[in-house]
Parts: sequence; structure tokens; C-alpha cells
Amino acid sequence: MKRFGLISVPYLWLLALFLVPFLIVLKISLSDTALAIPPYTPTLDISQGWEGIKAWWIALDLENYFWLASDDLYWKAYLSSLKIAIISTILTLMVGYPIAYGMSRAPDEWRPTLMMLIILPFWTSFLIRVYSWKAILSNEGLLNQLLMYLGVIQEPLVILNTNIAVYIGIVYTYLPFMVLPIYSALERLDESLLEAAEDLGCSRLKAFWLVTMPLSKQGIIAGSFLVFIPAMGEFVIPALLGGSKTLMIGKVLWEEFFSNRDWPVASAVAVVLLLLLIIPIVLFQRNEEKQREAEK
Amino acid sequence: MRRLSWFNTVSLTLGFAFLYIPMIILITYSFNAGKLVTVWSGFSTKWYGELFRNEAFLDAAWVTLKVAVMSSSIATVLGTMAAYVMVRAGRFPGRTVFSGMIYAPLVMPEVITGLSLLLLFIAIGLDRGVLTIVLAHTTFSMCFVSVVVSSRLVTFDQSLEEAALDLGCTGFEAFRLVTLPIIMPAVVSGWLLAFTLSLDDLVIASFTSGPSSTTLPIKIFSAVRLGVSPEINALSTIMIGLVTVGVIGASLTSKRSIAKRQKDEQEAII
Repeated sequence: MKRFGLISVPYLWLLALFLVPFLIVLKISLSDTALAIPPYTPTLDISQGWEGIKAWWIALDLENYFWLASDDLYWKAYLSSLKIAIISTILTLMVGYPIAYGMSRAPDEWRPTLMMLIILPFWTSFLIRVYSWKAILSNEGLLNQLLMYLGVIQEPLVILNTNIAVYIGIVYTYLPFMVLPIYSALERLDESLLEAAEDLGCSRLKAFWLVTMPLSKQGIIAGSFLVFIPAMGEFVIPALLGGSKTLMIGKVLWEEFFSNRDWPVASAVAVVLLLLLIIPIVLFQRNEEKQREAEK
Repeated sequence: MRRLSWFNTVSLTLGFAFLYIPMIILITYSFNAGKLVTVWSGFSTKWYGELFRNEAFLDAAWVTLKVAVMSSSIATVLGTMAAYVMVRAGRFPGRTVFSGMIYAPLVMPEVITGLSLLLLFIAIGLDRGVLTIVLAHTTFSMCFVSVVVSSRLVTFDQSLEEAALDLGCTGFEAFRLVTLPIIMPAVVSGWLLAFTLSLDDLVIASFTSGPSSTTLPIKIFSAVRLGVSPEINALSTIMIGLVTVGVIGASLTSKRSIAKRQKDEQEAII
């Protein structure tokens, strides 16, 4: 009985505030847009009981979804979010792996400090960290000032309000999510394995490729999901660093909701985004559970 | 002692430079006398003065603090319970759904979480305000708490709990007297994590806040959307400073408590 109480409190909380809201989103995505408050006409009327459900089923239309499919703004936004998320995940991996590797090879007494230096930015406001790049990347910004002073360029580079700024923003803010899981995988790595590989005639590079890389695979997978999934629906970074041409689905959803006040279309955008993310989310969850089992 | 190879030295130096230079620039320009944040025109603390005279910012800061304290406290209780269920309760009907609901919010795009919670609050007729932001923040941060706490629970020696039960403790007493003190560091870091997540959140708060409950990130966002402002730099510097002091303080305390525990254990063996 007590066990039941312990399980049911967090369970019911998550059901009511996590799962039920999604069902509501799904329902509203199937409603009609209306000029009212709230701005939609529900097509499902549960108070009429079975008859209501039957009427809803007969009249059910996917017009908001057809609208998404017919207007190329939306699928272009999905594709461009996918592209931006994939490229920035790869970039974050390329920047993050050497840092994690360096940390795991550092002297023992440095490690807590290095660890803290990685975690510290993560505790600092996300919004502020994104904002800090605005002053660096703008046309008269510090990066352009530096490059022009060094004589590398004559004309300022246009970086702010382009996709490049969005990549930089994502790599910068999500870097700790990539470094930490890879570091924890590399830290557990038994170094005698590398010595064995070298004794058996591997070059250091080959030993890295054949031993270190496969053994840090779980960390790479976890880190990549932790960057890719939220990057797909990112809003703050494209809103602050991207330009009007930067198309990302998080931004489209936000504008659909707050500017156009089209709740059914915003809900449909959310449902499709969620469907796209279900596969990576389930894979991520499996990976986490597998790691948990391995640690036991 | 191991030494770093040149490759590792270079990658660590570049990596940390990349992480810290933007913040150092931000802090430096908060002390700039001029209005421009890209041209240095002398040292001044005037933007800090401006900031503390700005009523709108102070009000928003107060709302944010209230929300963060309330949501992180509820999230810590719920998240610890959830962690305990995940690690200890074994199999029960709906376990897969439960673990799905624990992990999904960790990676769920905030726009979806925010939109769905807002639609829920409207459906049940709850007026948007501090309460709705607290409910929203509690929901996603309890999942982070649960991950932090369950990683500690996994490594925990269960026989200690069983011993307490054998010696006549009730289940709750065993939890309060044995389990809780041992997992306390994880519970505290879970609370801190929930607290910072709440302080920091823009997207979910924008969806779930009402006109009378603007939080600091919402204020900052609307101020920086159009450009950079030295006042925001000053505010950011204060926030970075508080976080730095907090993180360094927390790591020193945990270092000391680990050292103390090791000493106690050694003495116990002797």
C-alpha cells in the first residue's frame, strides 16, 4: 500500500502535467481555427458522450496537417531544422571530443578543476551565453575588429543573423552536454588496454581508433542525442543570432502561436515535430537504461 | 605524475578559451562608460546604478526568485520519490510509461512543453500567473532531479537499509535516518539544478506566464532581441558572479565532506 503511494504521487503528477497536455495538443491540432478566445473551435465534445465522439469521428479532418503539407514554409522549416541540428551536433562532437579526451588524460589533481570549468558555463544563464555572442559576431563586433586589425580581412564579415551564427551558438551552449558523457566514458577506460594494443604493434593513432573510440561510443551516442534533440526545436538561438532567413521549426511554432495566434496550426506543428523526435528520444532512453543496467 | 601531451594541452587551452572568452568580454564591457558595447570608452560602474533604479527589472527578478524557490523545492521532493521508484520499486504496471515520462522532458524541445502546458491550463481554466509557472517548472525540473538522485541511489549499499529495517525501523524511518543522509549531496545538487533551470528558463515561462508575472529571462529577452545593451551586460555580470561563487562554494564543501568521510572511515577501521 505504501509502495503504491510512493509510486502514484510522481506518476500522477507526470501524467497530469506531461502526458495529458500532449493529448490536448493533439486534440487542438484537429480543431478548426476561429477568431475567438480561445481562438479555436473544438470539434470534439465529450459532454455529449458517445454521440459526441461519433460526430467528431465522422467530421474529423486533418485540415491543419494538410495545411502544413501544402504550405512549403513548414516542410522547409522542418528540413532546415534537421540540417542545422545535424551539422551542429557533428560540430559539437568535433569540438567536444578533444576537450573530453584532454580532460581524461590530465593529471588526477587537475581533473576536479577542469570538470568545474566545464560545468560552470552550464550553470550560467543560457540566454546570457547566447547573448554574449551578439557583441562578438556583429559587423562592428569584436571578431571583425580583431580580424581587420590583424589585416586578415578588409571588409567586415557578415556572421550575425546568418546560419553560421546559429551553429556557433548551438556548439557554444550545448558543449558541456557533449563533453560530460564522453569524458565519463573515457575516464572509465582502462589504460592497460591501450598499452596492450601498442605492444601488439598498433600505432598510437590506430590504437586510438580501434580501442579508445569504440569504448567511448556510449558517451558519444548520449552526447549526440543530448545536443541533437533540443537543437531540433531550438528557439532562443535562432531568434537571437539567426537572421530572418534562418528557418527553424521552433521559431515557426513560436510565431504561429504568439504572432499569428493560430493555435490549431501551432499544435499541428508541435505534433509533427514530436513525431520526428520520437525515434531519437526512444533511442536516447534505451541508451540511458542500458548504461544504468551496466552500472549496476 | 602524468604529463599532458602537446595535443591535449592545445585542445584543452582552445576549448576553455572558446568557453570563457565570450563571458569575459561580456563582463568587461559591463564596466564600459559608453553606450556602445563594442567600443571601449573608459571604466565606469554607471550601468549597475541604472540597473538598480530600473523597477521593471527588480520586479521581474523578485517573481523569478519566488518561482525558482517554490518550483525547485517541490521538484526535489517529487524527483527524489521518482528516483526511488525507478531504482527500488522493481517491476510495476506502467513502468515503461513512467520511465518514458522521466526521460522525455530532459530532451523535449521547450516550445512543445511550453505550448502543451499552456493549452492544459487554458483547458482547465487556470489563470496564468506565478502558480502556472511554478507548476510548469516543477514538472520539467523534477525529471532532472530524479536523474541526479537515481545515479546516487544506484551506487548505494542496500544492505544498510535492510539492517535498519531488521533493527526495527519502519520503512520511512529507515529512509529518513539511513538513506536520506547518504543521498543528501545528490538531493542538494538536484535542488540546485532545478533552481538554476527555473531561474534560466525563457521559453516555458513565456508560454505559461500571465501579464502580471513577467520573469527576468522574459524581460532580458525582450531587451536583447533588438540589440546589445550595457544594462543587460551589468545584469549578466551579476548573475555570472553569483553562479561562480555558488559553484565554487558547493565544490569546496563537497570536497571537504568527502575528505571528512574518508577520514571517518579510516578511523572506524582503526
